[in-house]
This record gives sequence, C-alpha cells and structure tokens, in this order.
Amino acid sequence: MWWRSASFILDRQQNDEALRQDTSSTITPPPPTESSMAMGLATDHNPNNISAYYQTRAAHHAVVTSDWLAQAQAATTPHDPPQSTSAADPDKPFSVIDEFNNWRRLPDLAEAVAAIRALAAVIRSSQASTMMQLEIELKKASDSLKAWDTTSISLTAGCDLFMRYVTRTSALEYEDFNSAKSRLIERAEKFGEISHKARKIIAMLSQEFIFDGCTILVHGFSRVVFEVLKLAAQNKKLFRVFCTEGRPDRTGLRLSNELAKLDVPVKIVIDSAVAYTMDEVDMVFVGADGVVESGGIINMMGTYQIALVANSMNKPVYVAAESYKFARLYPLDQKDLAPALRPIDFGVPIPSKVEVERSARDYTPPQYLTLLFTDLGVLTPSVVSDELIQLYL
Amino acid sequence: MDTRRAPRAVIDPKVRKVGFFAPPEPSQSALPDPIPLPSSSLSPVMIPPPRHSSENLLPHARPPASVVSGASSVSIEGSVVAGGSYGSSSELFPAPMSPASSSYSSSRFVGGGDGDYFLNGVAVASPGRGGGKTAASFPRGGFELPEAKASSVPASELTTVSVVNDSSLGIRERDKADNGRGSALEVKDQTANSKQKKDKTTKAERRALQEAQRAAKAAAKAEGNKASGTVTSGNAKPAKATKPPQKVDNASAAASEKKGCDRPPEKDRKKDVPQPRMQYDDQSRVEKAKRRAVVKQTEARNRVELFRHLPQYEHGSLLPDLEAKFFQLDTVHPAVYKAGLQYLSGNIYGSNARCIAMLQAFQDAIRDYRVPPEKTLVRDLTAKISSYVSFLIECRPLSISMGNAIKFLKTRIAKLPLTLSESESKASLHSDIERFINEKIILADKVIVKHAVTKIRDGDVLLTYGLSSAVEMLLLHAHDLGKQFRVIIVDSRPQLRGKILLRRLVEKGLSCTYTQINALSYIMHEVTRVFLGASSILSNGTVYSGVGTACVAMIAHSFRVPVLVCCEAYKFNERVQLDSICSNELGDPEVISKVLGREDVNYLDGWANTENLQLLNLIYDATPSDYISMIVTDYGMVPPTSVPVIVREYRREQLWI
Repeated sequence: MWWRSASFILDRQQNDEALRQDTSSTITPPPPTESSMAMGLATDHNPNNISAYYQTRAAHHAVVTSDWLAQAQAATTPHDPPQSTSAADPDKPFSVIDEFNNWRRLPDLAEAVAAIRALAAVIRSSQASTMMQLEIELKKASDSLKAWDTTSISLTAGCDLFMRYVTRTSALEYEDFNSAKSRLIERAEKFGEISHKARKIIAMLSQEFIFDGCTILVHGFSRVVFEVLKLAAQNKKLFRVFCTEGRPDRTGLRLSNELAKLDVPVKIVIDSAVAYTMDEVDMVFVGADGVVESGGIINMMGTYQIALVANSMNKPVYVAAESYKFARLYPLDQKDLAPALRPIDFGVPIPSKVEVERSARDYTPPQYLTLLFTDLGVLTPSVVSDELIQLYL
Repeated sequence: MDTRRAPRAVIDPKVRKVGFFAPPEPSQSALPDPIPLPSSSLSPVMIPPPRHSSENLLPHARPPASVVSGASSVSIEGSVVAGGSYGSSSELFPAPMSPASSSYSSSRFVGGGDGDYFLNGVAVASPGRGGGKTAASFPRGGFELPEAKASSVPASELTTVSVVNDSSLGIRERDKADNGRGSALEVKDQTANSKQKKDKTTKAERRALQEAQRAAKAAAKAEGNKASGTVTSGNAKPAKATKPPQKVDNASAAASEKKGCDRPPEKDRKKDVPQPRMQYDDQSRVEKAKRRAVVKQTEARNRVELFRHLPQYEHGSLLPDLEAKFFQLDTVHPAVYKAGLQYLSGNIYGSNARCIAMLQAFQDAIRDYRVPPEKTLVRDLTAKISSYVSFLIECRPLSISMGNAIKFLKTRIAKLPLTLSESESKASLHSDIERFINEKIILADKVIVKHAVTKIRDGDVLLTYGLSSAVEMLLLHAHDLGKQFRVIIVDSRPQLRGKILLRRLVEKGLSCTYTQINALSYIMHEVTRVFLGASSILSNGTVYSGVGTACVAMIAHSFRVPVLVCCEAYKFNERVQLDSICSNELGDPEVISKVLGREDVNYLDGWANTENLQLLNLIYDATPSDYISMIVTDYGMVPPTSVPVIVREYRREQLWI
C-alpha cells in the first residue's frame, strides 16, 4: 500500500541519492529496496528455505505425488551442512538433530514430543556432573534444534517448555544430581503420553459442542481434530463433515478417507468453494500449528480465509490445539513471521518468470476465532496470553 | 491492525460447560483416566511453580494437626455455648461457629485464615464459660478492665457483631464476670490459649490482639476519668473503635479462605484501591483543601461544565507566587521544591522523567532527613513524604506512574525492619529507590526496545505521535541496528513535543516526516506500524496517554495498521476507565487561545474572561483497547487483554522488590 504513495517515492529518491553519496565515502549496508524485496524474490532460487516442518506434515498426512517427493528429497539435502556444523564437537558423536529427525519420522508423534525426546537423549548422553553444566548443555542443544528449523512452532515451543521445566525443577529440590537427571528423563519420556492424553482430553471437551445434525467444516488434516470427530462418531452423534481439499498437500483427502472409514458422512470441498458452502455449515473446526500470544493461531494456508468467511457469516470457528503448541510469538500480520516455504506441484510447468507464493501457513488473528479447545480447558483467545505469562514469566 | 476482540456476541457458541470437567458419559473404554488430577503430571504445561512463589507459600504451610486439634477443642466449647442459654448472646454465638468448623472439616486449609478462626473459636468459648476470674486467668492480659465498669456494657450493642472477635469479647466476657460460675471450662480455655501462643501468630492475629489491647487501655483510661457515672458512653466508644479492624480481619479471613492462596491480606489490598479522587466541583472540600494548600491557587474562571470536577488554576500567577515563597516553605525539602517548580514550569515532562525527578528528589530528602526526637522513622517519614507529595500535587497533578512509585516507596518505608538504625534505614531506602529507577524504568525501557525492535522490518514506515522516551529509544536503536525505515512524526498544538523528537532523530540521521495531526488521515495509508507511548495502561486495556493518542490509534485502526504501545509495566494500574472525562488533567487554557509567533492570530486575545467562552485544554485521553494491537512491556509483548494478568501476577513483586 505505502509504496504507492507519492511522498514515499520522493523519499526513496532522496534516500537513494543520500545512499549514493554515502557509498562514495564509506562502506554501506545494502540498499533498502533489495533487502525489503528479498523475502518475496528469494523463494525461487533458494531451496534452503523449505520448511522442514511442513515437509514432515506433508509426508505424514498428505496424498503425495512422486515428483513432489523427489522435490522434497532434493530439498532435504542442503540441510546437511548446518547439521554438521551445529554438532561441532568432534569428540561427541551424538547429535540432537539426528536424534530429533529419527523421532520426527514416526507418523504418530507430535513434533514437540520429538523435540523433547531428542532433548532427553541429550541428557542421557551428557557427561555433565552438575545441574548447571547440564542446563548449559541442554540450552545449547535446544538452541541448535530451534535454529535448525525456525519454521516449526511446536519444535520451538517444545524445546522452551522442556527448558522451562528443567530450570524450574533443579538440583535445589533434588539434592542428588543423578536423581534429578533421571527425573528429567522420566518427564521427557512421559511427554509423549502427555501429548497423547491431551488429544483425548480435547476430544472429550469438544463433544459438548458437536450437536446432532450439525455440519462441520474442517480444513486440512489435524490429528486433534480427527480425534474429536472420531470420538463424536463413536458417541453416536449424527453430524456430517465437509473437508476442504487442502491443496497442495491435499491433506483433506486423507481426512475424508479416514472419516469415511468411520461411517461419517463426508463431502470434499475444493478450497475455493468454502464461501459457497459456508451457509450450510454450522461450525468450523481447525487444528493449529501454533497458538500465539495474541490468542490467534498459525495454521495451514487457507485457515485465515476460512475464518474470515465464517466470521462474516457468523459461524463459530473452533480451534483444537494441545497446550504445548502455545508459543511466545506475537505476529502483527501475515508477513510478520519467518516464511515457511514448501514446493508446490501445479501439474503443469510454470514459466520461470511467474512468481509462486509458496508459503505454507498463515496467521489467523484472535478476533476471528470463537473458542480454543485445549487440554487446559475450553479457552477464549484472550486467555492464551494469560496462560503463557504464567508459564514463561 | 486487528481489533483485539471483535463483537463476539453474534457468534453464539454452544457453551454449556467450560473448563475442566469430565463429561458424564463413560462410553470410552479407551480412556482410562482422561482428566488428569492436579497432582499427577499429565498436563504438558504443568510445571512446578517458580521458586520464589513457593517460598512465599512457606510461612502459611502450617502443620495442620495442631490447628485442627485446636479447632476441634474449640468446637466442643462451641457446643457448650449453644447449650448454656445465655441471654441474647447464646443464639448469636453458635452461628459464626458453624462455618468455621465446617471449613475445617472440609480440610481446605488456608494459611493466614486459621489464626483468625482460632481467635474466633476462643472468643466463642469464653461466653460459654461465662464467669469466674477471667481477667486473671486470661494469659493475654489485654483486658485490665475493672469489672464493675465493663459489666454495664449493654449486651445488645455487642451482639450485633456477627463474627466474634476477641477484642469485643474482651469487654464482653467482662460483663459476665460477676456471674461467677463454672471453672471447669476455664481450664480448657487456657489450653486453647497456650496452643494459640504456640501457633505462630499471623499478622491479622497480631493486629487484632494489638487492637484489643489498645481498646482495653482506652477503656481503662476513660474509666479512670469518669469515675463510674457515665460508663455506658465511655464504653460504647472503644467498642465502636474496635469495629473497623474487626471487619477487616473477618474479611481477610473470608478472602483467604475463599482463594486458598498466598494473597496479601485484605487491608493491604484496601490500601491499593485508589482513594476516591477529590472532586473539585465540591465547594466545601475545595475550600478545605485550599486552607491546607501551601501554594496560593486562584481557580480559573469559565471552566468547561463537563470538567468542573478537575482542578484548574490560573497558571500565570502560580509560578512567581511559588518562587517568592521559597524561604517561607521550610517544610518542603529544597530538592522536592525544585522538582515541583520544574513540574510547574513544564521543564520536566513525560511521565518517566517526572517520576525519576520525583524519586531523586525524595532520595535527597531522605538523605537529609533526621528523625525528630520521640518519633519513629517509619511514621514520621511516611508523613513527611505525604506532605511532599501533596506539595507536588499542588504544582501539577501526579501522573499514574508517579502514584505507583509513591506507593512503592511508602510500602518500602512501612516494611523497614524495626531493628535497623536510622542511617541503615535511610541507606536501604536510598538503594531501594535507586533500584526502582534502574529496574523499573531504565532497564525496562531497554527490554522494551529489545522486544519492539523485532517488529520493525526493512522498508517499514513507522508513525509516532508526540514524544515518548521509549519510542525514541526504540527508533534510535533500530537505526543503530541498520534497519532501513522511515519515521513519520505526528504532532499537535499546543505542546508540540514532536518537534523535540524530530530534532533528536534527524540529528542521528533518520529519515523523518513531520506533520500535524490534521494530516493524519492523509498520511496514514502509507504507514505500516504505529508506535505510541503511554502515560499509563489501565486494567481494561485502555491506554491513558497524551491527548491525541486516541485519535491516532483510531485512524490507524480504521486503516488496519497495527498499533503498538510501548509502556513500562510500572505504569500499569488496576483502575478501569472508560472515558477521558472522569480523571484527566486540565492544562492552561491560555496556551490554546494564543499561537506563539503568530501575531495575526489574536482573535481570542482578551476573550479569556468572557462569560460565554470556555476554553478546554485537556492533557490526556483514553484510547480504548480495541484500537491497540499489542502492548510492548518489560514482560514481553502482550495483548491489551493481558494487562490485568500482569497487574495481578506482578503487583506484589513491584511493591516489594
């Protein structure tokens, strides 16, 4: 918007002039235009940017074409160099990231759980003899994990959560270092179970909201949402589900498949037909990749527009998310996040001059959400910040 | 950009039960234990509480056994009371007993409250005993009332107190003293009392005791004066005097019982509740205040009807008048005097700067302070500070941040250990103030800048209004980091503080645009972020800031531009305000009728005193939280809905650093 403004163009000319004068005298940072555009342009010739998190998601939930896999494979390889640098200690063969990657490949394991298991492995292999050393080691490991995939919110949140646990439960309470250590490991082991249980709790909490004869619109494949619908079907509720197609991973197809197995009436809706079908819909159910401090959610691309349409037609939008997805992030708008990119298969070759928007996620502001179902209870969006403040401050 | 909360009433969610509950249908065999117990570590975010809070909990964690046993013994006695029909009191005393005993049986165990129960229990017990030489047997010895006098207390007067406290009972039991019977129960009472002594006395308890002693002493004195003739009147007084603390005690017991956590006792909270402000349209109170005032204040004429409750004075005469008084005002410390003059003349502005100036003035004043003979530091210094504060208020009404800082200082003074010597206490206060300035203002600003700078991207156009120290630091820091952005400074008459910011930014080489608030809607469409400062943030998320801020935020919101407010957490206030009228500050109306440097704009010259012209120069306004996307504070970036959370979680820490 602003770049249309006359005063901006004037200013930019002046700035450029000033810069040119500056360059003659001193070394300057790169001109502003280039850096501001970098985000938009860099997509095509920078395969490193591809989000590992969304790759895994696609691998687990999507109906995937073979050439997509080939692309994804190609994209994974450039990750190796940072991996080797991060595990720089030559005398230590152990690498958090390898560990994390191993866990990540399990299809039923949440990303945060994988992160915490990886950190538990760090504790196990650690030679630290005091709590402080262990903390420092863990901090290093979690930092390198976080740096490895900045696009994954649950990875970050999982690491933070575990670090929080470690710093709060420390040697002061357990006189013996070894018992503290085993306690931490035990906690980490339990976390998978906790995450599993969280889904069950959410499913139970949300049963109240699914009434007989309702139509639910679901976007993408979310394990929690699936759990909710499964429990509702088991409770003999009568409802039907509209699944969006969920391009480009087509995760919606997978969900409709699973629901059909449960004998739930299901209809697939292409992503662009959301507004068309919204008048039939009673509620929208979405999962979340991350719940941010404002109470909004970050989720698969398309969630924002569904929420907008639902809001304009006064339909409730419910979010099902485990509380370990709460993250201390506060995006102000869509572009205020590190871009998480993914390859998109259009089926036909795209001319190289054509730019492709490849972002994998969007941000839905809190005012478009009605309620969040979490294992802490059913929350309004504004409570998220309350919980986060109590947790992290 | 985002309305914080859209009107959600239209989307009617089918909420029946919210929170942790287990749906009754147990059809799920796959769910063995779906709802985690609070003790089992099932919730993924359940993490042991931070250490400091657990420490806070410690003093309340009593060995439950002893208290319970005490309670049970008391309840036995309570039943005795119920049995022995003793006039009007018998039907009243058992009543408060039952909630106390039931709360014990429910085993909901509350620190702080149990002491009160205990007292109540003891108190209940004594009328049942109803006799004997109570004064001698009572180990507390607070009740040296001669029996003859006390006996004439009309029982009906005292029985109106619904929950019994020992102080009233002290008198009470006296009036049954002459009945003289039943010594078996007395033994029980003594054991109960010794138990109570063993129990660490809580604050409320100690206070109640003290109150009782004081009342007894007062009564004794009254007794001494008026031999025995007008006993009833002399007696009614102490009984009345003990009532307010009683209420407080009961309330605190009730509150801590309800919450079951380490809340500050009720009376502390009462202190925090802002006193009702002085309403300046109340003639008699204004007159009273004037008599107290140091500075002669002439009230402005032609005040705007809606704002009559706010103080407004003729500014012209104030400063010279005050300057002339320098040698007469020996009650005011020179440093405070200087700060006051600076507020008055407008040399110090901005709530941070004003707060720091005030605290430093207090530091100087405390350094030069000597405890007068036969006075205690705690009381005298508090009074002294209060007098300084009222002097400063006369110069310029306090900002909310200053109010918070004063509250902090007074709490520090009140919490000074009695064992400290004068110089030690002064040193400790000095370092406390130093720490407040450093941690709550200077360091907080740094943290705010660190957080907020992550929201500035290359190519941004930032808009700011007026002058805010935090925003200024933020812009300079972002520039130092080499971010490429442009700043639009919006300004407004009469203060034109934006010019100060403009000069400082341009000196550092930032590219700036300067405009008046009139052009706001024109310029807003090119803006990507709005950064604003605040004088205070109230607990409904309302931002209380320099006048014009609400306008800027509203226009930004309608253009879907995110509005970020940078505000240190010490400026948060638990008050709620919905408009800018209830509490505000009125500036000098002269300055809006005159335009500096424009001789041709003189239409209002000499009009200031006309009957039908009323000039309004507001200093602050209130921005509704809907227009605010984010509040950047020293505790991170939070939505405006989280202000009460921060106030709740950190208020105590703020007061007790």
